[in-house]
Amino acid sequence: MLDKEARIDWLVKRVAQEFKTGDVVNLGIGIPTRVANALPEGIKIILQSENGYMGVGPVPEAGKEDPDTVNAGGQYATILPGGCSFDSAMSFAIIRGGHVDATVLGALQVDEDGNLASWMIPGKMVPGMGGAMDLVVGARRVIVAMEHAAKNGGIKVLKKCTLPLTASRQVNLIVTDMGVIEVTPKGLVLREIAPGLTFAEVQACTEAILLTPESEIVEV
Amino acid sequence: MTKVIRLEEAISKIENGMTIMVGGFIGCGAPSQLLEEVCRKQVKELTLIANDTGILGDAMSQLIVQRCVNKLIATHIGTNKETGRQMSAGELEVKLIPQGTLVEQIRAAGAGLGGILTPTGIGTLVEEGKQKLVVNDTEYLLELPVRANVALLNAYKADKAGNLVYRRAARNFNPLMATAADTVIAQVDRIVEVGEIDPDEVMTPGIFVDYLVQKQPREVSSVG
Repeated sequence: MLDKEARIDWLVKRVAQEFKTGDVVNLGIGIPTRVANALPEGIKIILQSENGYMGVGPVPEAGKEDPDTVNAGGQYATILPGGCSFDSAMSFAIIRGGHVDATVLGALQVDEDGNLASWMIPGKMVPGMGGAMDLVVGARRVIVAMEHAAKNGGIKVLKKCTLPLTASRQVNLIVTDMGVIEVTPKGLVLREIAPGLTFAEVQACTEAILLTPESEIVEV
Repeated sequence: MTKVIRLEEAISKIENGMTIMVGGFIGCGAPSQLLEEVCRKQVKELTLIANDTGILGDAMSQLIVQRCVNKLIATHIGTNKETGRQMSAGELEVKLIPQGTLVEQIRAAGAGLGGILTPTGIGTLVEEGKQKLVVNDTEYLLELPVRANVALLNAYKADKAGNLVYRRAARNFNPLMATAADTVIAQVDRIVEVGEIDPDEVMTPGIFVDYLVQKQPREVSSVG
């Protein structure tokens, strides 16, 4: 089995294979942000930042930070040539209106119906939903990119989310450091398994029943 | 008519107990000097409408730290731990709203609409207590307009007619809030004469803006 950093690298690279040139993509904070630097050779996507611009570029060099150009996490960012800035209403028209091809975001929990919980743990952590609810409802594809297990070892891929939802039945794909899981009407299909792991090992860390791609094909 | 006024006079328009809306996104595009003056004057019992409450230490965060606010309507408070602490302790009433919903509620208020229909929040805690409507087989939440007594904005450039130009990601909620408050005050980096901004460049028409305040350059550390 790969070490932790290599497993996260695998997951980031795997998410990056989900796009085609020209896709408009919104990347969440943390692991999703790293996808921008892992795109396959020749694939060029357009990154949207929900605080109000298109064409998110690399982190600026030291000394060249512009206080008016930050990403949705508040960190210094750049806008690529051909990019554009806009107000929050336009930003969410782009997001909610179905003009974003994919959104990649982390999760606290995700379940076999494609429900996502990512914005609060009652009584413990209530940061707010920010733009996440609109992104998950509005983007054409919702990709959850996260470590398969919680930091305390808790299970995150469940039969049914127990935390308050960010949105109901919107997740299409779950990419973790253990594998790639597609949300289908029949349930969760484990399409790929991370190097060095077995189906049984992934299932052992997952509450929802995982289907194999073969079992999905069998029609009654 | 738009007037250029001093910082102190601008903030005297805000009274205890008022509802204010403040532009900015985690500090970017927030009217820092207007907010510092609100804190310095110790205006109290405000209802604050803003995307977030800044990062602990910045001007926005100080509104919360210095207890100028007793009710907050925001989308995200995770970057200012004091907001979460006051909320958990029952000292601050907090209403969290999806970002795309809050911006449309403000836009609706400014545009004379009775509300907006959004699919965001369906099947979540956000739908509690709200009217649902089905339009063309899709379920939506009815979200009502949100307006304020005073809007505090930040712009990069203004002419003396109040026309505003914003820069990059500092635009965010500012142009929407300009339309949805009884009194609109903008802190501006550069105030120029009428005619010096091309009409096509204007992002907020001057008719929305009541007062302009020249942003003061920060004092640099003493020389010699």
